Amino acid sequence: MAQIVIKNLKKEFGDFTAVRESSFTIEDGEFFMLLGPSGCGKTTTLRMIAGLELPTSGEILLDGEEISQRPPSQRDIAFVFQMFALYPHMNVRKNISYPLVSQGMPRAQVKAKVAEVAQILGIEGILDRPVGGLSGGDRQRVALGRAIVREPKAFMMDEPLGALDAEFREHMAEELRALHDRMGATTVYVTHDQLEAMQMGDKIVVMNNAVVEQFGTPQEIYDKPATMFVASFIGSPCMNFVNFNGQLGLNAHELEMLGSRFGVPQTREPFEGEMAFGVRPEHVTLSDAAPFRGEVLATEYLGTTQIVTLKTAGGEVKARIPSNQTAKTGESVGMTFDPKTVTLFDRQTGRALKSELNEGVLHG
Amino acid sequence: MSSFSVTEPSNRTKWFAGTLVILYALITMIPLVWIALTGFKSPADAISYPPKYIIGGESEAGFEPTLEGYVNLFTTRTRQTQEFLHANPPENWADEIVRQYDMVIVGPSKFGQRFLNSVIIGFGSTFLSVFLGTLAAYAFSRFKIPLADDLLFFILSTRMMPPIAVAIPIFLMYRQLGLSDTHLGMILLYTGVNISLAVWLLKSFIDGIPTEYEEAALIDGYTRFQAFYKVVLPQAATGIASTAIFCLIFAWNEYAFAVLLTTANAQTAPPFIPTIIGVGGLDWPAIAAGVTIFLLPVMIFTILLRKHLLRGITFGAVRK
Ligand SMILES: Nc1ncnc2c1ncn2[C@@H]1O[C@H](COP(=O)(O)OP(=O)(O)OP(=O)(O)O)[C@@H](O)[C@H]1O
Ligand SMILES: [Mg+2]
Repeated sequence: MAQIVIKNLKKEFGDFTAVRESSFTIEDGEFFMLLGPSGCGKTTTLRMIAGLELPTSGEILLDGEEISQRPPSQRDIAFVFQMFALYPHMNVRKNISYPLVSQGMPRAQVKAKVAEVAQILGIEGILDRPVGGLSGGDRQRVALGRAIVREPKAFMMDEPLGALDAEFREHMAEELRALHDRMGATTVYVTHDQLEAMQMGDKIVVMNNAVVEQFGTPQEIYDKPATMFVASFIGSPCMNFVNFNGQLGLNAHELEMLGSRFGVPQTREPFEGEMAFGVRPEHVTLSDAAPFRGEVLATEYLGTTQIVTLKTAGGEVKARIPSNQTAKTGESVGMTFDPKTVTLFDRQTGRALKSELNEGVLHG
Repeated sequence: MSSFSVTEPSNRTKWFAGTLVILYALITMIPLVWIALTGFKSPADAISYPPKYIIGGESEAGFEPTLEGYVNLFTTRTRQTQEFLHANPPENWADEIVRQYDMVIVGPSKFGQRFLNSVIIGFGSTFLSVFLGTLAAYAFSRFKIPLADDLLFFILSTRMMPPIAVAIPIFLMYRQLGLSDTHLGMILLYTGVNISLAVWLLKSFIDGIPTEYEEAALIDGYTRFQAFYKVVLPQAATGIASTAIFCLIFAWNEYAFAVLLTTANAQTAPPFIPTIIGVGGLDWPAIAAGVTIFLLPVMIFTILLRKHLLRGITFGAVRK
């Protein structure tokens, strides 16, 4: 089991930069999520850790040892491919035992290990079947079996549930998480599904356009987004941004926005110019008395709650309110925002402004 | 599959297609069957009119099968006087056959050795073409090679003129290098002709194998060569088998270079078989016997590899 430290990792393909100076740390035993939209460099990062791609520059420390230039066979890291990549010319048993055979493990021992892994994954019944005819879930289990059988220092998983259908994904996700909790192995898991990342991860790295935007626990990333990208990528519906021009003093507790005053977490840096006032839909409350008003554009019923879309002077705002509270389309309503949860952003750079709330969380 | 189905052909279609295929097969088989039959006829039966095509039997079209053709193919014989024939009774069944014509067997013919040459040169060059072709195709498929496209075009361009167009330069070159009439020379020559086909065919097959398999093997602790050998090769089996068959068929049947560059030591069967014609009139049964034997290796090779050819690429452990 192992700690993995990524330092200024960079990868260029010719003129194209796939990963730009990334740094983050994966602690021993963590279930670590690499989250980001398609093409942001998640797979490339993962492949560099596993040794399938050599970094252009930067370091990868596995338990303090620099491994970034070593071949994959000398890293003791397992990789679960998105498309599973089970060896098609071998049956399930051979697939799972393949990594052990490469180590020259005696046959009886291999057999015992495979049986043990098969029992953990519940695939004893299919050990002698060819991999061609297996269902998606069983393929997934065999791929996992091949990864865990040799007890590597860490697991890399590239969208391992991506090839499964929605219903089964959830089930497999639980199985995977349970397996991890049982083995406690450091796992790096790539996904572009923010829900999956929030549900399964101990820590999350959010990447966008080859850059690490934020790195932290799911709560930190949800409550204290470091950039507008993170705030909008995570949560559904995502964080509201009310756009305005204004100024902000140091250590201020409130600010003036579009003619009204709003409480905010104590600021840690002064700012003047174009800002975005970020607040999550569940922290918006409708109240007739409030001076900041908007017109109800639409309501979306979700069972116990409903999402109300409002048109305000600073752009659209979505509010998550109890479904027994009425909101009629076309009506003008006032709204208040929970001051403790607000994040202010510099709209030019997309960066969150430092405050009491997000102090110590932000990176870069 | 009872009633109507979009993907499954109807029974009538199947029958029709089946009949067509069988008819076509029969038509293409006629010359082969005729050759095989002729090999077992006596010279008189071989050229009789109307033709005889039923083995045994008293009917007009029947002939008595004999191994005369095969005996003539594999032996050299001389005519002897009656006294000699009486003094020396036949030693075996083959001798008995040739006595009908007042001949005795004096030794083996060159056919066996020519046939062996064909085997050595044909299979040798096939092995070399496929071996080099696979390595080159893998490299072109997986590694960033400078000017890869130009190199591939260059490799293909060696096939843009008929090989025989360079026969004279090769003839002169081989004489200089001492490669004329040697097995090595012929193997190198056929490999040179086949290699571009092998590289191109195999490259497209290897391109079709997802790189994840090798990467999985690398992760599982294997070296790149082991990954190539244990994971890529088994999956390229289809491509390798079909490439090998194409290469073998070319090398096995090649006639022009064989006539030009080989005379004794390394002569293959194709230029040798016609020379049988000259020995004591038109010995059609012997020629037919030679051709029959000549056809067998390619046929057996193809049948052996058929499993790989038909299996096709039905993987599916990688879902795309
Ligand atoms: N071998 C390569 N050569 C050139 N460009 C590459 C190579 N591999 C990846 N890229 C590029 O690098 C960028 C990042 O790719 P990567 O596969 O890491 O994205 P990703 O975040 O995993 O996306 P997805 O969610 O679609 O899998 C992409 O724009 C991709 O086209
Ligand atoms: Mg990817």
